[in-house]
Amino acid sequence: MNLVPFSRREEHLFYLVAGFGAAIVAIGLAAALYMEHSGHVVTGMNNQIVWGMPHVFAIFLIVAASGVLNVASIGSVFGKVLYKKRAPLSGLLCIAMLAGGLAVIMLDLGRADRLIIAMTHFNPTSVFGWNVILYPGMFGIVAVYLWTLMERRMNPWTKPAGFAAFIWRLLLTTGTGSIFGFLVARQAYHAAVLAPMFIIMSFAWGLAVFMIVQRVMYAWNGLTVHQAVRNRMKNLLGVFVAAVFYFVAVYHLTNLYFAKEVAFERFILIDGGIFPVLFWGGWLFLGTILPLLLLYLPGLSSLCGSVATASGLVILGAFCQLYVFIIGGQAFPLGIFPGMETASSFFDGRIDTYSPSWPEFLLGLGGIGIAFTMTAVGVRVLSFMPEDDIAHLEAMLNITD
Amino acid sequence: MSNNDRRGFLAASAGLGLVAIAPGVHLMQVAQARPAGEPASKLQRWGMLVDTTKCASGCTACVSACATENGINEQVADPRQAAQWIRKIDIKDPKNGRQHSLPMMCQHCAEPPCVDVCPTGASMKRADGIVLVDRHICIGCRYCMMACPYKARSFVHQPLTQQNPEVPRGLGCVESCTLCVHRVDKGQKPACVEACPEGAMLFGDLEDPNSDIARRIAQTATTQVRADLKLNTGVRYQGI
Ligand code: SF4
Ligand code: SF4
Repeated sequence: MNLVPFSRREEHLFYLVAGFGAAIVAIGLAAALYMEHSGHVVTGMNNQIVWGMPHVFAIFLIVAASGVLNVASIGSVFGKVLYKKRAPLSGLLCIAMLAGGLAVIMLDLGRADRLIIAMTHFNPTSVFGWNVILYPGMFGIVAVYLWTLMERRMNPWTKPAGFAAFIWRLLLTTGTGSIFGFLVARQAYHAAVLAPMFIIMSFAWGLAVFMIVQRVMYAWNGLTVHQAVRNRMKNLLGVFVAAVFYFVAVYHLTNLYFAKEVAFERFILIDGGIFPVLFWGGWLFLGTILPLLLLYLPGLSSLCGSVATASGLVILGAFCQLYVFIIGGQAFPLGIFPGMETASSFFDGRIDTYSPSWPEFLLGLGGIGIAFTMTAVGVRVLSFMPEDDIAHLEAMLNITD
Repeated sequence: MSNNDRRGFLAASAGLGLVAIAPGVHLMQVAQARPAGEPASKLQRWGMLVDTTKCASGCTACVSACATENGINEQVADPRQAAQWIRKIDIKDPKNGRQHSLPMMCQHCAEPPCVDVCPTGASMKRADGIVLVDRHICIGCRYCMMACPYKARSFVHQPLTQQNPEVPRGLGCVESCTLCVHRVDKGQKPACVEACPEGAMLFGDLEDPNSDIARRIAQTATTQVRADLKLNTGVRYQGI
C-alpha cells in the first residue's frame, strides 16, 4: 500500500479537524468550570437522579475504550494477522477514549479539585476505588503495548504485553460493570449478569467505533478498506451485537421471572415514558435490528457505507441503552418499604423525571472531543495506518467467499 | 431527667451487684459522654428507636429541629436538589389500608453500603456506630447515594452560607444525618429526638443491655427497615 505524502490542502484540512476537536474540548472544559463554580444546581441532576448525562457519556467511553482493544487482542493474543495490523490503532483508540471518559467522570465530581485525594485515599472495599487503580494501569499497559508494537527492537515483547492488556481490559470492564452490580438496593442494578453483559457490550461498542475510525482514516488517505477486512470485521460486529441482545434479554428475563422485579420491568419496558421508547426504538430497533440487517442482508450489506452506518447505529443504540440503564434505573422509585405505598417531600415512591441541562451534556461531549482530538493527532503524527498484505487478503477473500 | 442521666441511673440501680466488683469509673464511662479528645468507643453503639404508633402524620417537628440544628436553611429553587437529612414518609399498606407516618433518615447501618463503596474512605463508621461523611475527603462522586437503600444522603448542589460552625457542610459534598454527633459527644440527645412532641423517638446505646432502648428492643417487636438486606441498622422502628 502506497501512502502519498500529505498535500498542502490536506494539511489545512487536518488543522481544521484538529481545531474542531480542540474547540469541542474547550467547550466541555468551560461547561465543567461553570458546573464547578455554580455547583450542580445548574445541571438536571438532583438528589433523586444523582448520576446523569455525564455518566452516560463517560461510561460509554470507558466501556468502548476497553472493547476497542479487542481488535489488538485478537491480533496479538490469538495471532490473527489481519487484526494484528490494526493493533496500534486499536491501542491508540483505547487510550484516547479512556482519557475522554475519565476526564468526564473526574470533571463531574462535586469536588473535582480534590483529584489528589481521589488518588491518594484508597478504600479497598470500593469497586470505584479499584477503578482508580485499574484505569491508570490500563493507560500504562496499553502504552507499553503500543511501544512493543511500534518499536522494532521491542517486537518480541508484543505477545506478553498484548496478553497483559487483554487481561487488564477484562478486569477493567468487569470493574465498570460491577460499579452497578454492587448497588444491592436498586432494582435495576443488582444483577450478576451485569459484569459479563458489560464485557460483551464493550466488544460491540468498541468494534463499532473502530470500524468508523478505520473507514475515515482510509478515506482520508484516498483508500478503501479491503473487502476481506471489511467482511471479517463486519461479521464479528454482527456476532457481538447479537450477543449483546442475548445478554440484555437474559437480564430482563431474570428480573421478570427470578428477581420478581415486575414493576420495575414494566416501567422500563412499557409505561416509563421515554425509557420504553429508547429501549424498543433506540436500542432494539435502531441499535440492534437495523445494524444486523445492514450487516447481514445480502442486498444491504454490500452497499457502500452500510458497515459504517451499522456501526454508527450500534453506537447510537449504546447511548440509548446506557440512558435507560443509568437514568431509568434511578427514575424508578427505590423500594424502601416493599409492597407499600409511600409518599414524602423527598419524592419517595414517585417516579422521577430527569431533564439534562446544557452544561452536563456539553461536558459529556467534551469527553468525546478529547477522544476525537487525541485520535486525530495520534493517527496523523505516528503511523497507525494498517498496512495489510494485499496478496494475503485476496487469498482470504477466496477462502471466505 | 435526660436520657443519659436516666440510663446512668438505671445502669447504676440495676447493676448494684456489679458496682461491688467493677470500678465505678466503668459505669460512669458507659453512662456519660466520653471526654473530649478521647476516641469513640466500640463499647457503645448509638441507636434510635422510633415508635410509629405515636408519630403523627403531618407533624414535622423532627425535620424542623434537624434543619435548625444542622444549619440546613438554604433556599433551593428545585426541591429535588434540596438536602434532606431527615424526612417524614407516609406509608400505606394497599392490602388493608393501614397507614403509618415515620421519620426516615440515615439508619446508621452496622454494615453500611455507603462506606463499602466510597472510593476515598470519606464515608466512614465511627467505633460507636455513627456513620459520617468526612467533609474534607469527600470528592462528591455520589456513589454512596447510589448505594444507600434508604435514600438517606443528599448532595449539596449550591454554595452555602450561614452554617452552624459545629456542623460543617459544603458545596459539592455529600452529607447525611450525623445522629447529631456533635451533641451526642457532649452527652446530649439528637435534636430530632428532643423535639418530638409525642416522645416517639428514643435515643440510646444499643450495646448497653440496661439502656432504655436496648430493653425496649428486647421486650417489644421492633423492625429494621429492609431487614432483608442484613445491614443491621442502628435506627429501629416499632409499630410497622
Ligand atoms: S442508611 Fe444509608 S447513609 Fe446511612 S449508613 Fe446506611 S447506607 Fe449509609
Ligand atoms: S460522594 Fe463522598 S462520601 Fe460519597 S462515596 Fe463519593 S467520596 Fe465517598
